[in-house]
Amino acid sequence: MEVFIINLIAATFRVSTPILLAAIGETYSERAGILNLGIEGIMFFGAFIGFIVADKSGSLWMGLLVAILSGVLAGLLMGLLSVSLGVNQHVSGLGITLLLTGLSLFGFRLVYGGRSTPPAIPSFETIRPLGDVPVLGQISDQYLLTYITFLVVIPLAWFILYRTKFGLHIRAVGENPEAVDAAGVNVYYVRYSVLAIGGGLMAAGGAFLSLAQLGAFTHGIIAGRGWVAIAIVIFGNWSPVKVMGGALIFGGTFALQLRLQAMGLQLPIPYETFLALPYVVTIIALVLAGRNASYPAALLKPYRRE
Amino acid sequence: MENTEKPRWRLVKTDNPPFWVKPLIPVLALIGTFILTSVLILLADANPFDAYYYFLFAPLENKVSLLEILVKSTPLMITGVAVTYAFATGYYNIGAEGQLYAGAIAATGIGMAMHGIPAIVALPLMIIGGFVAGMVWALIPALLKVKLAVDEVVTTLLMNSIMAYIVSAILNGPWRDPNSGWPQSPDIAPTAVFFKLIPRSRLNFGFVLAIVLILILWIVMTRTSFGLKMRAVGLGKPAAKFAGIKVNRTILTAALISGGIAGIAGVAEVAGIHFHLIGEISPGYGYTGVIIATLGSLNAFGVGLAALFFGLVETGAQTLSRALGVPVYLGEVTQATMLLVALGMLLLQRYKLRRM
Amino acid sequence: MYIVEMQKVTKIFGELVANDHVDFQLRKGEIHALLGENGAGKTTLMRILYGLYQQTTGDIFINGEKVTINSPKDAIRKGVGMVTQHFALVPPMTVAENVVLGYTDSFVLDQAAIEKKVGEAADQFSLDINPKSIVRHLSVGQRQRVEILKALYRNAKVLILDEPTAVLVPQEVDSLFETLNRLRKDGLSVIFISHKLDEVTKITDRVTVLRDGKSIGTVDTVNVTQKQLAAMMVGRDTFGVTRQTEINPDNKKILEVEGLCALDDKGLPALKNLKLSIRSGEILGIAGVGGNGQKELAEILSGVKSPTSGVIKINDKNLVGKDPSEFSKMGMGRIPEDRHEGVVGDLTVYENLALEHLDEYSKNGFLDKQAIRKNAEELIKNFQIKAKPSDKIRTLSGGNMQKVLLARVLSRQPEVVIAPQPTRGLDVGATEYVRQQLLEQRSRGAAVMLISEDLDEILSISDRIVVIYEGEIVGTINAQDATPEKLGLMMSGALREET
Repeated sequence: MEVFIINLIAATFRVSTPILLAAIGETYSERAGILNLGIEGIMFFGAFIGFIVADKSGSLWMGLLVAILSGVLAGLLMGLLSVSLGVNQHVSGLGITLLLTGLSLFGFRLVYGGRSTPPAIPSFETIRPLGDVPVLGQISDQYLLTYITFLVVIPLAWFILYRTKFGLHIRAVGENPEAVDAAGVNVYYVRYSVLAIGGGLMAAGGAFLSLAQLGAFTHGIIAGRGWVAIAIVIFGNWSPVKVMGGALIFGGTFALQLRLQAMGLQLPIPYETFLALPYVVTIIALVLAGRNASYPAALLKPYRRE
Repeated sequence: MENTEKPRWRLVKTDNPPFWVKPLIPVLALIGTFILTSVLILLADANPFDAYYYFLFAPLENKVSLLEILVKSTPLMITGVAVTYAFATGYYNIGAEGQLYAGAIAATGIGMAMHGIPAIVALPLMIIGGFVAGMVWALIPALLKVKLAVDEVVTTLLMNSIMAYIVSAILNGPWRDPNSGWPQSPDIAPTAVFFKLIPRSRLNFGFVLAIVLILILWIVMTRTSFGLKMRAVGLGKPAAKFAGIKVNRTILTAALISGGIAGIAGVAEVAGIHFHLIGEISPGYGYTGVIIATLGSLNAFGVGLAALFFGLVETGAQTLSRALGVPVYLGEVTQATMLLVALGMLLLQRYKLRRM
Repeated sequence: MYIVEMQKVTKIFGELVANDHVDFQLRKGEIHALLGENGAGKTTLMRILYGLYQQTTGDIFINGEKVTINSPKDAIRKGVGMVTQHFALVPPMTVAENVVLGYTDSFVLDQAAIEKKVGEAADQFSLDINPKSIVRHLSVGQRQRVEILKALYRNAKVLILDEPTAVLVPQEVDSLFETLNRLRKDGLSVIFISHKLDEVTKITDRVTVLRDGKSIGTVDTVNVTQKQLAAMMVGRDTFGVTRQTEINPDNKKILEVEGLCALDDKGLPALKNLKLSIRSGEILGIAGVGGNGQKELAEILSGVKSPTSGVIKINDKNLVGKDPSEFSKMGMGRIPEDRHEGVVGDLTVYENLALEHLDEYSKNGFLDKQAIRKNAEELIKNFQIKAKPSDKIRTLSGGNMQKVLLARVLSRQPEVVIAPQPTRGLDVGATEYVRQQLLEQRSRGAAVMLISEDLDEILSISDRIVVIYEGEIVGTINAQDATPEKLGLMMSGALREET
């Protein structure tokens, strides 16, 4: 039982990493007022670019870097559509998801089409800083990327959002772009920036899956994690620390039900109930908050200075 | 806000674009798409002009691929219609995917129970069941929006995820195929199957259903008072309210109709293509429906054309792949590029260049 | 020497002359009011000073030095700050964060440091605000103080306040005046835009009256009476109404409103026990400066907004609680105040014309297109609408759009016609037409309510005039007995009568 729990905790961190990265990216984006439905496609694209660059260059870190860059570009494309052109955000986001998914699959088939066995690369190795320490040692057996995510990205995301001028601008733009414009801050610049940052993080999340967790790229590598990230952003009330909590809960639930299934445990209710539960809770949270949901007030509205 | 800077070219919003702009848009969109996708075709070591022949023209030249176009466009037509009802009213239903699966579940359940019952009873029963199931799945986000002003984009997205788990639970549980053990339901009764329109092809009654739904959409939008109310609410909510239209009731009804029709898309997939329920019944038809509705400008015939075009593109991608080895995913890329370029152009038409 | 001097400032928008060679001088340490009706040009003049507009011609001097102000940033750099009617605040953020938004140099925000700095500024100016408070939790009066602090934090030496008391309750008004007096002693100069005479006379040193874009004059507050100011504001010796307006006092009261109370969009009281009535064949003009409850009154009488209490009766039947379509059915003829929000722009003329009575134009749910077209063709002819039935409404001129809205309502022969700002933004011809229509309805025996910020309009067609001020009816007068003085006094809150 003890072993089970220790394994579960370790797995939770691992499983949560990609969705957390994507969720933080989406958080920044939504905080400035843009719902980026391109998240699923950007994660997919990040996984693909990361894999192919890593394979061709022989360097996993190079793959990760280029993946992040591609995510930034994708974010800027979303900016062009929804910020500058004012296209309906749902449609432009879904369009980008379709585009990037198609591009990734196209590219993958183009480069690796002929193979009989799917290509694989040696993935990132985990590190184990706490070595043989009982309990904690095992939990500490994580990828470096996971450490970076939880120990660097999250605190940095929190710090930038709440303790810097830039973060102040982001939060203000998402609530009242007119006031920000009146204060002399460039609303468009802020929105483009968060989309770029968000895109980079989302792509990093995708790359984590192909470069660390799997060492391969498959059709189903993302399988809806982008939508999970969106749910987590709401669950976490658009706040980086709570989003981290949400990611752990969603991730932990996933890891839990995997393990229970593997154990062949027969429960009176289907495993999927656990998986669906966080979503149901999110909807209930939205209902309870009702009109007072801490929605960034300007979410989904393109800003035009009249 | 004026300024006293030197005059330069600016984009200025206008209500009266030059007359030559509107018809130019689809042309420019096509040209733009061609240029962008040519890059990919070149990367695949193929000649773009040859490729486009196989992509867009060859499929129209033989009977088998023509029928395949119709088959592929069927689910897109139906989800496109479903999304159009909602978007036209200003209700952003992104949940067509989940509503589709709800309909698929209902169709499977009813279909499995139709052994020995004639098709004339079984088919309508499945369709109605699928419609109701889709409506039920659309109910919660719709009520939340109308009563509590909770944004429907997010709630409908969440419902999609929940439905995916429900499907998984059903397929891994009570409906798991007893023989193979795969997460796949038992087949529906033979009388519940959508009959084929052309023997030995995949073209089935679902296509007829799709066309009928498009016609109904057209009639509702242009000829019924409810359709006018929907459009009024979608285009000018304050004016509609002032004119005495019951805005909330209109939105709720449109949302439910949207869900119901998406459910019918699920029925068509189960009863016309797969004959049992599997988890991958829809590779995102619900989401593509949003794109189809947008490309079709929320207009019944536009939706039909857009769906047929996407069907052509999908079929053509396969033809192209077999002929020149260009990966079949060019299809998705083309669809997405077409959408984004068209959107960009549509918005640019609202502006004109002025020196000021 | 003056701290601010505006010389012969003219601002023209298209054909409208908003400011016409206006001279304005502000002395250091004074509180100077800009008084005038809507459209007099007060806000335009100040927006020029604050850099939101640029003057067409004219010069601005600050501290004797000629300046060019192209944007609020320039204005702030020259020491001019403005608190607009709609605050530019971000509700979920703290006071400190709002104050420093756009005015910090460091990339890193030390929360404690900025709170300290803002707190010190607040103390320096004796403004009672807690920098840690979240703006959403503040009262309107407190939020206004935050806006003032924002300006002072940026070293404003001149503070422009645009109708600051419009959103305040009486205690907050006193508090504001206390603050302004203190700040004035520290050397701040204040420009106070207002239409409320009692406030202007209470707190200011001098008053400049604007009318129709021109400056009428500047007076020392101690030397002038409210009556004189009112006359300057409204600007005529007599009105000279020549139209015969005898109403038969035996005519039935058709519309009766009693005890009407309502809140505005921000939850503040907009109507306070409002009472009025209109007889058959009478045009009642509701005069008043904008923002005193007219918008809410029109919305409630149109059925799109609910009052918190009160009664609205047409022929003794209470309408409160019913929805807009029932209002129509019960004889309330409603014209929307904002014609762009009253029509569905992308629908056609014939669709808009039929929109209010769709059940009459449909059979079994299907639209009777023939009947709809016929209705449109008739109305186009009868109301001289320059448009084809199939034109999209947003391509119509303002005047024609208004004709569509009028046609839709008046063709039904309503018992009551509610016409809020019906000629706003229309050209001379369209304006004439609309007024003619209202007079025709009067002859027909309808009870017409004309709500207008244009006194000329009210005087030219009303039989009886009431003045609305801060959500109440403060006086009623027959059109031929109306004097500029009396109306001006009532409209600026200086005179109240029992109605």
